[in-house]
Amino acid sequence: MTKPLKQIHLAAHFPGVNNTTVWSDPEAGSHIEFSSFVKLAQTAERAKFDFFFLAEGLRLREQGGLIYDLDVVGRPDTFTVLAALAGVTSRLGLAGTINSTFNEPFEVARQFASLDHLSDGRAAWNVVTSWDAFTGENFRRGGFLPQDQRYSRAETFMRTAWELFDSWRADDVLADKASGEFLRRVDAGAFAHHDGHFDIAGQFPVPRSPQGRPVIIQAGDSDEGREFAAATADAIFTRHGTLEAGQAFYSDVKGRLAKYGREGHQLIVLPAATFVLGDTDADAHERAAVVRRQQVSGATAIRSLEQLWNADLSGFDPDGPLPAFDPVVGENTISRGRASDRMHRDPVATARKWRELAEAKSLSIRELIIEVTGRQNFIGSAETVAGRINELVQADASDGFILVPHVTPGGLDEFADKVVPLLQERGVFRSEYGGATLRDHLGLDVAV
Amino acid sequence: MTRGTGPRLAVALDGAGWHPAAWRTEEARPAEVFGAAYWLDLVREAEAATLDFVTFRDSLALPADGVRGRLDAVLVAARVAPLTSGIGLVPEIVVTHTEPFHLSKAIATLDYVSTGRGGVQVSVSGSADEYRNFGRRSFGADVEGEAADYVEVLRRLWDSWEDDAEIRDVATGRFVDREKLHYIDFEGRFFSVRGPSITPRPPQGQPLVTASSGVADSSVDVVYVTPQSRGEIGPLVEAQHGRQVFADLVVFLDSSSARAAERRAELDSLALLESDALVFAGTAEELAELLLAWHVAGLDGFRLRPAVLPHDLRGITRGLVPELRARGAFRTSYEATTLRGLLGLDRPANRYVA
Repeated sequence: MTKPLKQIHLAAHFPGVNNTTVWSDPEAGSHIEFSSFVKLAQTAERAKFDFFFLAEGLRLREQGGLIYDLDVVGRPDTFTVLAALAGVTSRLGLAGTINSTFNEPFEVARQFASLDHLSDGRAAWNVVTSWDAFTGENFRRGGFLPQDQRYSRAETFMRTAWELFDSWRADDVLADKASGEFLRRVDAGAFAHHDGHFDIAGQFPVPRSPQGRPVIIQAGDSDEGREFAAATADAIFTRHGTLEAGQAFYSDVKGRLAKYGREGHQLIVLPAATFVLGDTDADAHERAAVVRRQQVSGATAIRSLEQLWNADLSGFDPDGPLPAFDPVVGENTISRGRASDRMHRDPVATARKWRELAEAKSLSIRELIIEVTGRQNFIGSAETVAGRINELVQADASDGFILVPHVTPGGLDEFADKVVPLLQERGVFRSEYGGATLRDHLGLDVAV
Repeated sequence: MTRGTGPRLAVALDGAGWHPAAWRTEEARPAEVFGAAYWLDLVREAEAATLDFVTFRDSLALPADGVRGRLDAVLVAARVAPLTSGIGLVPEIVVTHTEPFHLSKAIATLDYVSTGRGGVQVSVSGSADEYRNFGRRSFGADVEGEAADYVEVLRRLWDSWEDDAEIRDVATGRFVDREKLHYIDFEGRFFSVRGPSITPRPPQGQPLVTASSGVADSSVDVVYVTPQSRGEIGPLVEAQHGRQVFADLVVFLDSSSARAAERRAELDSLALLESDALVFAGTAEELAELLLAWHVAGLDGFRLRPAVLPHDLRGITRGLVPELRARGAFRTSYEATTLRGLLGLDRPANRYVA
């Protein structure tokens, strides 16, 4: 007997502050005007995507002590944009990143419960932690959370928010005009939470929302992050977009569910993925090369190199060779506010590999950066891309993908018009929304 | 200009209306206040009458009476923003427990999603319940002083991007001109904020800042006051030093004064209305006379709190507004595309532009 075909989940990420967003393209529009968000969200809904995803920013990045000025800079408030999008879409899920370090559980729970009501059950929360005092300089709390407290606060934060979501039963709003009883029980919304992180008690003001609680999404590749997701999340973001890495990650996180009494379908695995389409595969690869050069300008190449070298390389020629000296070892001080800083764990070894690669292929700095930082997942004709996405999902390398277009806001149009119909023809992607809520789209249980 | 010579008009929205028993009236839809359609209906009703703006009441605790529950006001305002086009949208925010950085970008974003119709009503926390919900501090600090600092931070963050900071200079690879982004370096008694904002300067430059008298008085654009008689207006307005002054009034509106008074008495028998503002019960014509007289006495406008929704909102939009228009005292169409424009306020210059 053959295994039944899995249904693919797709989400659209509004491109943000990163050098994969091509702002120099003639097709690139505003990244901040609301019409851009409407355009991408409505395209995603037209294509029957599961959800729209918006990341969050809390401090402008810096490099060499100056605001980083080469990428798209600036973005809107997550909750406000998602609430507005709820008015111009009707089925699309609305997911936003909200950190647990510079917010309070009462406030965030109130906002997400409100969003879930205002969208008729389409809200999702990507829980992240912020780690640095650099970001903290914009907030009352100020400070810095040591690594060992980040997950502890995040986990407690989310569980506390759950307590607030769960403090109302679905039938607590009685609103009996004759008797004057608004609440079925006087202590609807009552909560009390006391631990090392939060010492709060009261009555939560938002009645039970359509999804019970929003869909919880989690990202984080560490052992702790995977465990946290397995215990609590409905979906997990990952970078593992290839077959082997994807399968390894997939089986790892799904394998962790059982000890929490959960089943495989209760944690959706979604890698972020970019794509470049063309009329033919060859055409797509040509376009992909053009996109890569747009993404990595000469200036971007030098700044990217500085992030590894942890030094000012502004005097170097992007079309020339790599520096002959080794990266500065120690705390990376050149760049701040960027998650990828922590990825260069052994900069000298990485630099050695890069130098060998550049010498072997005669690559300039810019060409090298194009080569080593490229993460274009799907390149090809619509037929090729649809086939590849389906292949990865059916092989349990993921449950679907969060697509990150490189152009705002029209970057999803071609995918919606050409790839989605092919997935629908194969019977692996919906042609109509089956249910009303995001939990319905994702095949998740209703939170009870 | 079609604005007319009379006062500006705003409406304060909350739950089923300002009277705590409003939800028990026959036409009330008390369970629907947790859905978007309810708010959209109300705001569209106000917009059809070309009112200047609506405010959305909020607090950070469960309301003690009336509709026992409330959604986040900024999200409600944002939800209706793309589906309206002329009216100003002014959610209340409680600044005592929240982060100015978050609220600055939220209100800036409200301005983006409404294409220039965003504002905010700043309020402080007066309830121990709200303190317990956050658990960060004890009750009773200098919340008014803190609110003034908070508004200063909101405004500095809105200005922290110059309007033309985004340059998209392909030749140098620069998306922004970092010389046009500014650290605000606010250091106060209660908090410090470094900046710049993550959100570019909003369409109005500075969304409209409003507050009840006594809250951050010197830093707001519009002050709400609660005179009980015409005689109080002169000194009240003088004390506000040129800021626009709106009087708050709770209104019951009906075809006869007797009917309005009777309706008020019926609701009062069910629950006590505790109002800081004058409670008006009468006809649209009588209210029009009162507003015009008070306007002449120095008030720029009024924020009417409908006692019962949608009944008294319709009394305003379909009764009062036609009365004022008949006297040449209210606009017949929106003459500006931004809330500041409607109120006759300029787009502020950026403090950081040399």
